[in-house]
Amino acid sequence: MRSILKATAVSLATLVALAGPASAELTGNLKINLDTSNPAPRATMEALIAKFQAAHPALNITTNVIDREAYKTQIRNFLSADAPDVLTWYAANRMRPYVEAGLLEDVSDMWADGTDIANELASTKGALTVDGKQWGVPYTYYQWGIYYRKDIYEELGLSEPANFDDMLSNCEAMIASGRKCYTIGNKWLWTGAGWFDYINLRTNGFNFHMQMAAGEIEWTDPRVRETFANWGKLIRMGAFIDDNQNKDWQQSLPFIIDGSAGAILMGNFAVSPLREGGLTDDQLDFHQFPAITAGVAMAEDAPTDTFHIAANAKNKDNARAFLAYIVSADAQTEMNNGANLGQLPVNSKASVDDDKFLNKGFEMLSSNSPGGVAQFFDRDFPAEMAQAAMEGFQEFMIYPDNLDDILDRIEGVRKEVY
Amino acid sequence: MNTTLVKQNWYKRNEIAITPWLFLVPGLIMFAIYVVFPIFQSFRISLFKWDGLGSLATHGEYIGMANYEKLLTRDRSFNISLWNNLKWLVFYLASIPAGLFIALFLNQTVRGIRLYKSLFFFPFVISQIVVGLVFTWFYDPQYGLFNGIIGFVGFKPLNVLGDPTLSTYGVIAAGLWPQTAYCMILYLTGLNSLDLEQTEAARLDGAKGIRMLWHVILPQLRPATFIAFVVTVIGSLRSFDLISIMTNGGPFGSSRVLSFYMFEKSLSEYGFKMGYGAAIAVILFLIMMVFIGYFLWRMYQDEKATNG
Repeated sequence: MRSILKATAVSLATLVALAGPASAELTGNLKINLDTSNPAPRATMEALIAKFQAAHPALNITTNVIDREAYKTQIRNFLSADAPDVLTWYAANRMRPYVEAGLLEDVSDMWADGTDIANELASTKGALTVDGKQWGVPYTYYQWGIYYRKDIYEELGLSEPANFDDMLSNCEAMIASGRKCYTIGNKWLWTGAGWFDYINLRTNGFNFHMQMAAGEIEWTDPRVRETFANWGKLIRMGAFIDDNQNKDWQQSLPFIIDGSAGAILMGNFAVSPLREGGLTDDQLDFHQFPAITAGVAMAEDAPTDTFHIAANAKNKDNARAFLAYIVSADAQTEMNNGANLGQLPVNSKASVDDDKFLNKGFEMLSSNSPGGVAQFFDRDFPAEMAQAAMEGFQEFMIYPDNLDDILDRIEGVRKEVY
Repeated sequence: MNTTLVKQNWYKRNEIAITPWLFLVPGLIMFAIYVVFPIFQSFRISLFKWDGLGSLATHGEYIGMANYEKLLTRDRSFNISLWNNLKWLVFYLASIPAGLFIALFLNQTVRGIRLYKSLFFFPFVISQIVVGLVFTWFYDPQYGLFNGIIGFVGFKPLNVLGDPTLSTYGVIAAGLWPQTAYCMILYLTGLNSLDLEQTEAARLDGAKGIRMLWHVILPQLRPATFIAFVVTVIGSLRSFDLISIMTNGGPFGSSRVLSFYMFEKSLSEYGFKMGYGAAIAVILFLIMMVFIGYFLWRMYQDEKATNG
């Protein structure tokens, strides 16, 4: 108990000191594991860490950057065997198994009422909370929505759809012009989950979606079937590109770049490769996923990426100081600007970079998502449930007639998971 | 003085019996730690419900045979994986006759034959991951060479890896490429050590072509065939990397095999069922044991025969 009190006191002291003009010298070691292996995020993180190092020259920082996909399986090993002090991960249910196994540090002290974090990061507190305690801090989030070829829509005389009927009639026009409406690469399953999230959020609403995530609703429920019926309309009319079951999401991008598909439902991270693929901001635009059932409040997916401290970390005070630094308004502004991550900052005092898509996303999430903000299918639903359901989505997108069989199978998994 | 003398004498007396064991000890210790012990550990874990995080003692829940019961009675993915393993086992064996054919073809002395041999052996040298990537491109429904070829012959384009009925065969075909090369090299070394006098004698007796191959050459190649059979069967049961890189078990889980399913359930991004994965591992182990037991028995018999 005494040591906990002492640790808290020290960490609070570091926090206060960091906020003040003359920051206290940190000494000792700090080991950081990152999953930001793509070039831009990697450079961003390394630059930020270098700044932290410059502020604390006596601190010995070690950084390990691990391939993003490999990280997802390695995390369980290094958390127990060779724990870093600080590590990146994802919010909500994705961190739950590690929280329940006691592998992540409880950082509720950093979120205590009255602290800067509690004031400036209030909107994401829920996503970092399990069992009434906070287990990390967010560092970035991004909107999901439909990125579409404005020039092609204009050429065909189409406008952004305001409801599902518009969406379907737009799509008919696209197909009549010899194009596909939406490109998707569903080999790794999560892209299809994005479609399910949105169609379900628009058909049945945020609360229903979250009840499903909590396992309270049967997958064979008529309301769930309605979601699939709406999705099926798009699939049966040929809205999606062929052979999407064995393309990854990067392989689906050329279809929108060369104009053989009109749009893509994706997170904001798709903007950078699309721009690199040659699309200008005049050609590419963004719109919110249109309403389906009238009267259902709009709700969005906005996945949050996070930093945590390992429960077995050796330098928890240094780690707390680093977390406080990462979420500070300055670091957030810099980290998320268009030249770096190109995403949305989590700190309410940080400024959103003046980028067309970031502005649209920020406006959508802050003023046009009254229903609520979800994380993402595989972060809101428990891992095993997500895996089984997403496999079903992949099959549904190719063989929509197998729906009954698919839903029975997913329902069987639901009964065992919860 | 007396005791050391006795000791020495005891060792001297048993030297021949003991020395081989002394040499074996390091290997046996390794084998016990890295092979035997984990096997029993897997058996134990398979009786628990455990997410693989935290210790088994505190976080695991003992559920007896429930994992096996579910696997064998209610898990459709397991059935698919088991069937796919069987397909692998059967079709992978095609690499043995294919390897033999290429070896016979290459077993001649022409200019540059060494180069041709190396080229045929090449697929076995490159990583399975590369083989998987090459075949993924080969099968690509839009740009792949495969559809170009079958289109030329007049067939409709196929999405081999995206079709749940074809994907497993597509991956097996990719696996055959390096495996054939492996069998070829085994047969080539076998052909080098043929007894020329026997061939000569058979020729004098008028044997030619297929009869020569079947009655004279093949019996002499029996050791090579045996090894090729062993490595192919074991290789087919532990197929994993090609599936992982080419289809990720998909589409919708149709190309999984037991080893991949085990990985998916216990260690992958969404897999937190260590006990269930261990149960799959145990079943895979039992299947492999049937073959390994047979091979060991065969080798023991051969040994006995040669040692009289």
